[in-house]
This record gives sequence, C-alpha cells and structure tokens, in this order.
Amino acid sequence: MSRITKLWQGASKAADPSDRRFAAFVAAMSAVVILLVIGFVVLLTIDSMPSIRKFGFGFLTGSVWNPVETELNHVNFGTLPFIFGTIVTSIIALVIATPLALGSAIFVSEYAPSWLGGPVSFIIELLVAIPSVAYGIWGLFVLVPFMRGSVEPFLQTVLRHVPILGSLVAGPPMGQDLLTGGVILSIMILPTILSLSREIIAQVPRLQKEGMLALGATKWEVLSQAILPYARGGIIGAAMLGLARAIGETMAVTMVIGNSSRKISASLFTPGYTIASAIANQFTEADSAMYFSAIVELGLVLLLVASVFNVTSRLLVSRLVARKEGADV
Amino acid sequence: MYRAGESGKFLRRRLVGGASVALAATLAFLSVGILFLIVGHVIVNGVASLNADFFTKIPKPYGEAGGGIANAIMGTVIMTLLAAVIAIPFGVGTAIYIIEFGRGRFASAVRFAVELLAELPSIVVGVFIWALVVRNFGGYSGIAGSLALSVIMIPIIARSVEEILRLVPDSLREAALALGTPKWKVVIFIVIPTVLPSIFTGIMLAVARAAGETAPLLLTALGNSFFNFDLRKPMAAMPLQIYTYAVSPYDDWHNKAWASTLVLIAIVGILSGAVKFYTRRWKHESH
Repeated sequence: MSRITKLWQGASKAADPSDRRFAAFVAAMSAVVILLVIGFVVLLTIDSMPSIRKFGFGFLTGSVWNPVETELNHVNFGTLPFIFGTIVTSIIALVIATPLALGSAIFVSEYAPSWLGGPVSFIIELLVAIPSVAYGIWGLFVLVPFMRGSVEPFLQTVLRHVPILGSLVAGPPMGQDLLTGGVILSIMILPTILSLSREIIAQVPRLQKEGMLALGATKWEVLSQAILPYARGGIIGAAMLGLARAIGETMAVTMVIGNSSRKISASLFTPGYTIASAIANQFTEADSAMYFSAIVELGLVLLLVASVFNVTSRLLVSRLVARKEGADV
Repeated sequence: MYRAGESGKFLRRRLVGGASVALAATLAFLSVGILFLIVGHVIVNGVASLNADFFTKIPKPYGEAGGGIANAIMGTVIMTLLAAVIAIPFGVGTAIYIIEFGRGRFASAVRFAVELLAELPSIVVGVFIWALVVRNFGGYSGIAGSLALSVIMIPIIARSVEEILRLVPDSLREAALALGTPKWKVVIFIVIPTVLPSIFTGIMLAVARAAGETAPLLLTALGNSFFNFDLRKPMAAMPLQIYTYAVSPYDDWHNKAWASTLVLIAIVGILSGAVKFYTRRWKHESH
C-alpha cells in the first residue's frame, strides 16, 4: 500500500463532521458483513446444540443415520458415511482436476502464444459461470450412462486383479456412484485451480526465467527448475481452494452420486452421500426437532471444514504474492 | 563439435522439452473440450423443446403435453432482483469502506469476513436462512429465497467493486481533496462516477451468479408449479424447476429440463461472458 493511500484512508480523522458521518455510514454497511459471519456461526451452533449434546462426537464417528424411531432402531444421527463420501469425492476431484488445471495453466501462461493462450484460459474460466444444476443435468444424462457403460467396465477389466486397486472397482458398475460424483466435481473445480495457478505462475520473477533461458535451458527445464519450485506453495494453495469448493458443492453431486447407500465400502462404484447432498436430500423430511438439529449440525460441519481449507489456501497464496510485492521495491 | 554422448543428451533434453509442451497443450485442449462438450449437449438436447409456450405457460401436470416454465422465469427474475436491491448497498458500502477508509483492525476483520462469506458453500447459506427465516417465520417463501441470494451476492459485489475502486488513480482523489472538497463528496461525486459502468458490470456478475444458484433456493423458496407473486409463499425458480424435472422419471420432463438449462445458461453465460470480456478490456486499458 502506497503512502498516499494511507494518507487518504486516514483523511477523515481531520475532516469535518459530514465526513465522519459518511465514514460511520460505510463502516456500518461493512459491519453487516462481519455480523453475517458471526451470525452464521452462532445461529448454526445454537440450532445444532440439541444434536451436539445428545450425540457428541458420535455424530462424526457413528455410521448409523436413522431419523425415524422404531421398536428395533432408536433415532440416531451418525454422519460418518456422509463424511466418507465427501472425502472420497473431493480426493477424486482433486486427483483429476489438479493435473488438468496445472497443465492448462502452464500451457496458457508459458507455452502458448498470447493470441491462443488468452482465449483458451477465457474459455476454461467460463466453466465457472455454468450453474451447478447444469453440471447436474449433464452429469445425470450424459456422464452417468458413459461412466456406467464405458469407463467403469474398462477400469474393472484393467484393475480387477491389481491387489489394492482391485477393491476400489469391485461390484457392478452403477454409474450413479462416488466415482461419478468425483468426476463431476473435478470439472467444476478445474477453472478455480486454473485461474489461481495462472495468477501464481505470473508472479514468478521474469529474471529467473530469463536467466535460465540465457544459460541454454529448454522450456521444460525453466518450468521444472525455476517456475514450479517458486510457485509450489501457491499451487498447493490453489488446489486447496479447489478442495474447499469441492467439499461445499451440492447440486451437481446430489444428482449423480446416487443418494441411496449408507454403508461405507472400499468400492468407488458404491452409491453414496456427501455432507452437502445429504442436507439437500433430507431437509424436507426434518419433522422432529432432533432431525432439524442434526441437519443444521451438518451445515455447521460443512461451514467449518470449507472455511479452514479456504483460509489455509489464502495464506499459502498470499504469502507468495506478498513476497513478490516486497521484491519489487 | 559435439561428441556423440553430448549430442545424445542434447537430443534428449529437446525431446523432453517438446513432450512437455505437447502434454500441456493436450491438457489445455482437453479442458476446453469439456466446456464445448457440456454446452454442446445442452444446446442439442434443449433446443428441440423450445417454443413460445415454453416461455409463456406454466408447467402442465404429467401426462398433458405442452406447458412451459414462465412461472419459474418470473420467480427467478423477482427473487434475483429483490436480492440485488438488498445486497447492493451492503456490497458497495463494504467496498467503499475497505478502499477509502480501511485501516486498522476493523478493516482487516471486514476483509477477512468478505473472503469467508465469498467462499461459503452455497448450501450452508441455505441452511442458515432455513434455520433463521423458514423455521421461525411462516415457512418456505420467496422472501427467504431472496434473502439467501442476497447473502450470496454481498461478498461478490464487495469484492468486484473493491477491485474496481482500486483502479481509480490516487491523483484523482488528491486533486479533488486539494480543492477543499470534503472526502465524502470526493467519493460519491468523483470516484464512483468515474467507474460507474464497471460497478454496474460487477453487480451484473453477482446477479448472474445468483440467478444460477440452486442449493440455497431449495431450502428457502422450495419451488412452485404455479404463478406466484406473493413473496410470503413458496416461489418457483428456473434452477429449481430444472432440478425437479431432471430427477423425475418422465422423458418429457427431462426434455423440458434440458430446454430450461439452455435458457438458464444462455442468460447466465451471456451476462457473465459479456461482463468478463468488458472488465478485462477495461482493466487492460487503464494499466
């Protein structure tokens, strides 16, 4: 921040009353943003208190989700299967999206001529603008049959006899399962990781790149020995932001993940739930106070987990960008 | 003069370099291909069911041919506009505070809160309004839907307006201040008018984003198969209609879901595509 900006921002202190009133007014407007964040945490915590009191950590570690009281089964809310579904789909999404996004980012910022790189990254970033429900319908009617008919049988024939990987592809290919959920998520977080990685790669000091080129390095050597080491922290941050988005994404996943099985199994061909899709599927059925409280607690868990990843990602990215600004002076 | 070993090494380095370019290009075109694949499917599957009735009639019960999604289009327009009206003062006010006054702890807290809100999963916003409004005041309603959308819009508006205000040169502020203009007049009559068109595009970006949101509306506006202009009652919206049609078992409804998706993507895509193109050029010129 420049010295002028600091002077300007502080200017209201010396100025006339109308300035102070204006400052107070915009400060009040922005206070609403802070109040909203506090409100989110407080309200969701209060409303999930009944469930927290009754189930404690069992809410996160239990695997029986039974909202209806019967003689044999008591009401119980254990969300481990949902948490498992969220973790598995997010990891799949990250494993697929990161190489695609990073490769694309490297292509548009280092390899492609600018007449090509600009439009390519513009088009990929347009993926952000597509509403979640559109991914959902495409996933449901195009991706699911394709996964069931081609990808999953193919994975099965290839991996069936490989020791550990074989259990990932056990069972009949369902189409609507964790794997498809992860694939649709990977498409959705691709532009997030791409645009952030591109920004980070742009921060790499020109001198380092040119220095290597002057020594006769190939483009790959510049990339692997100058750009990537410098940008590594930021790229991890970009991937984490993608992860945060994958964890919170709801509609598209809800439409392709199956929402039927509540058991945890090693096979990626098992229909499942994520935390978000469980909320979207079950909130209308929350007739009892405890059921309501349990769903709000799911929301609270989602809020906390997504925020932690988001903040970590910002820290990783901003450290890199701050370093660059320092180097400029 | 190269010795044989050295030229082999040189060749290998060239090959690895070339392979990395090819790999990166392949990955980039794969990513671009995904967009064309999705949009292509939506256009091909959606265009067949588009006709005048689609935009002017309400949904027919299953079994009757025809009908449209006029009520959903109406609901989306009403709720999004109301959400924009609620969100604009807070979003723009926050941006002005951060750029023109933002010093000290409170300002850092505001910045942090905007970041947190912007990355909040949209379903959590739905759960929040569901727990706050729907469960306490008269059930699912259009107004609850609008509130949820406005919570989503506030950080988007704040961020984009912040970025835009940052581009206004300090010399402009200083010049006005040097003439003895009070700071609030500088901000409202000099700084803001300079960038008003860009602020407008920033707001449109937030509108486009909110118009496509489904999860928060699901928990707040719920959806409706009829025309409803009463904000206290459940209201239809295009994303909700798409979801309902898509997960239904009827082919006719699936076709309508594709067509609705085409309309939604056309609206959202044109809006945000134009905005992105415009702001990109604007930023470029001002640098």
